[in-house]
Amino acid sequence: MASICFYFQVHQPYRIKKYRIFDVGHDHEYFNDRSERDLNNEKILHKVAKKCYLPTNKLLLELLEKHPEFKIAFSFSGVFLDQLDEFSPETLKSFQKLVKTGRVEILDETYYHSLAFLYSKDEFVRQVELHRKKVKELFGVVPKVFRHTELVYNNELAKFVEDMGYKAILAEGADHILGWRSPNFVYRAPNVTKIKTLLKNYRLSDDIAFRFSSRDWAEWPLTSEKFARWVDAVNGNGNLVNLFMDYETFGEHQWEDTGIFDFMRALPRELLKHPDNDFVTPSEAAKRYPVVGEFDAHNFVSWADVERDLSAWLSNSMQKEAITNLYALEGEVLATKDARLIEDWRKLQTSDHFYYMCTKWFADGDVHKYFNPYDTPYEAFIAYNNVLQDLRLRIAGTKKKKGGLPALSEARRAGVNVPPKKTVKKVTFAKKKKVPKKQVAAKKKK
Amino acid sequence: MKHIKVLMFGWEFPPHNSGGLGTACYGLARSLSKADVSITFVLPKRLDGLDHNFLKIVFANIRNVKMRGVKTLIHPYITADLYDEYLRTAPDSELYGLNLFDEVRRYGLQARIIAREETYDVIHAHDWLSFRAGIEAKRVSGRPLIVHVHATEFDRTGGHPNQYIYDEERRGLFAADCIIAVSQHTKNVITEHYGIPDDRVVVVHNGIDIEDHHRPLPPALEHIRAAGKKIVLFVGRITIQKGPDYFIKTAKRVLEFDPNVLFVVSGSGDMERQIIRMAADLGLADKVIFAGFVRGEELQKLYRAADLFVMPSVSEPFGLTALESLANGTPILVSKQSGVSEVLTHALKSDFWDIDDMTDKIVGTLRSSGLRETLGELGARDVLHLTWESAAGKCTQIYNDLLRA
Repeated sequence: MASICFYFQVHQPYRIKKYRIFDVGHDHEYFNDRSERDLNNEKILHKVAKKCYLPTNKLLLELLEKHPEFKIAFSFSGVFLDQLDEFSPETLKSFQKLVKTGRVEILDETYYHSLAFLYSKDEFVRQVELHRKKVKELFGVVPKVFRHTELVYNNELAKFVEDMGYKAILAEGADHILGWRSPNFVYRAPNVTKIKTLLKNYRLSDDIAFRFSSRDWAEWPLTSEKFARWVDAVNGNGNLVNLFMDYETFGEHQWEDTGIFDFMRALPRELLKHPDNDFVTPSEAAKRYPVVGEFDAHNFVSWADVERDLSAWLSNSMQKEAITNLYALEGEVLATKDARLIEDWRKLQTSDHFYYMCTKWFADGDVHKYFNPYDTPYEAFIAYNNVLQDLRLRIAGTKKKKGGLPALSEARRAGVNVPPKKTVKKVTFAKKKKVPKKQVAAKKKK
Repeated sequence: MKHIKVLMFGWEFPPHNSGGLGTACYGLARSLSKADVSITFVLPKRLDGLDHNFLKIVFANIRNVKMRGVKTLIHPYITADLYDEYLRTAPDSELYGLNLFDEVRRYGLQARIIAREETYDVIHAHDWLSFRAGIEAKRVSGRPLIVHVHATEFDRTGGHPNQYIYDEERRGLFAADCIIAVSQHTKNVITEHYGIPDDRVVVVHNGIDIEDHHRPLPPALEHIRAAGKKIVLFVGRITIQKGPDYFIKTAKRVLEFDPNVLFVVSGSGDMERQIIRMAADLGLADKVIFAGFVRGEELQKLYRAADLFVMPSVSEPFGLTALESLANGTPILVSKQSGVSEVLTHALKSDFWDIDDMTDKIVGTLRSSGLRETLGELGARDVLHLTWESAAGKCTQIYNDLLRA
């Protein structure tokens, strides 16, 4: 038996506009770029909806209607769903229509597509809960399977998510952990009792997601017949073929003229030609197949780059500094109880921001550069860091409203300065002059 | 490949140089001489003859290089006014030309004498002051002429060229069998402003001798750093080309956001007084330090003391100082109107006129140790592949191509 399990990741971040030092203290809208640049979230969403989401949804609906055996799964980031709500309700409706067929499973993830698990378990739990709520609200279902941001995974996460009640978790079928073993079985982390780990078959997944249109590839052009033969070959030495990929593969990463839609249109039929093949969703796969062995991930693995580790988001000093500074604000941000401020802080947790600061492959002009809306990782970092400055000022501002004077020293600690021409600054200065430093210190002690 | 003999018209060598041209001539000649090339190096001999003796020492243990000095008052960054001043104070003033242009002509004629005495396969002349000498050598020998453009009159004057110098440059460019430009930026200037067809210009980027910048040195400006101040450094001639005025205007803007920054200007030039006055008028007298012309180890110590090196050049054919800063581990912000910006990935880049953008980047860098570290580390790795060996290799290829043709 070879069960094919399709899971598509659907995510769009709130990209930060070119936010400069001059904006700090004046402009609290970080994500509202309206230019022709690729920082304009609305523009990008419309573009991708037109090229990918709408036509692919239409195709999948056709396939679901045509083949009663066909099944798929999606994971939507919360920030993606928010953007659909804001910019393209039509696209949201078409996803809802797919889910209504009953053969489309939805997975849970962090609402903000974040790496919170690495920095704050509490925040991680809050974001997963927010996500569950959102999925229930929009699709009327409660997910049973968890998938973490960019398939970042380790044993600790498996255990943590098991305790949260999930039946299965997805991970990259990384060679350095699997060794000679096949990803086409169900595995389990060594430290858990129930939760099962489903591993991405990265060869077959990437044949579609990355290599499909590559003319340098010996297998080009990839036909649905050929691909089905590769899947057929799993019969007898595997249970499950997990095809995990970004949904944007269809029409956005692989453009329509590569033939990707025709490939997908014919694929279920080709796969079903083999009598032992069928389709499953992740939760069905976990239910149906027994665990055959341990998948022991002491260190984090992910589905990014050849390294399959965290280096796309957390390898250079700027990335580490930015994320550390962000999570250092957690207590203060939550204490403000200011919903907008908290939401902005969370939007800054989206892993894409750190990906844009990656310098690993910057010189080679490869995939990182292709997916980076900023000219350089340095510009991405500077805009991000300026936003953090403003966020600190806003935190100080709410404290000021509540508690009076200490906010001034907070503002100073944040190192934020506003040009004297602006009235905002004058107010601050005027107050500062009225209260000599000693008095401030004295009041603080009280 | 056969052994090639080059007659090279070059300029002053470090440490007695007054700018990047000397460093470039020296780096290139040193690497060429290690390849299968021998050089007869013709260069202006200054009044005291000190330079010439020094050069003998520099090349004493390198075979393949022979020095020929010509007594003249010209040097790479000379202007007509400066020449007149030199002439007034020169001991044997009757020897030299009546003015700069007369002197350039006289230098060319002197070169002709040398060109007749020497044997060589190709002629290689660096920048306009030596173009006439190159043309004379070509005339007497019939050998191919390569002119190497390190800067044009358009770069030096911020787009307001002196007609005589422009004509001299153009004459050299048209007489040349091959033109070498130090960057694509410079190649563009040559094709756009001098009417040279694209296929006659080859880009050979400058390099740097990394080992020279990795020596252990005692730290500089420690008291300033100990006081928690950040240091932003400018290194270059204080002339319109280098954008010192943009540096000062940006300093003013940066200080509005971060008063704890010291701006250090290292260099001298015809705009020096104007720039000092400008800094004072903007109320920056105690925020901008003019260090004068600094070279060698002192300059390296300055690079290392700085948190960020800024090169806001209006038009920069290459910009060797930017590589020097990176070789010393200090991150850089360079103008997009520079040759180095073509070859460096891990550098901040702005338009020279965009004071707000430079301010944003400078403040951002000074506030984040993570950004400084990443830029510094990866920038230092960036310069490793920019070697004089590679530049010399490309020149050798050009010699061979010309000789085969």
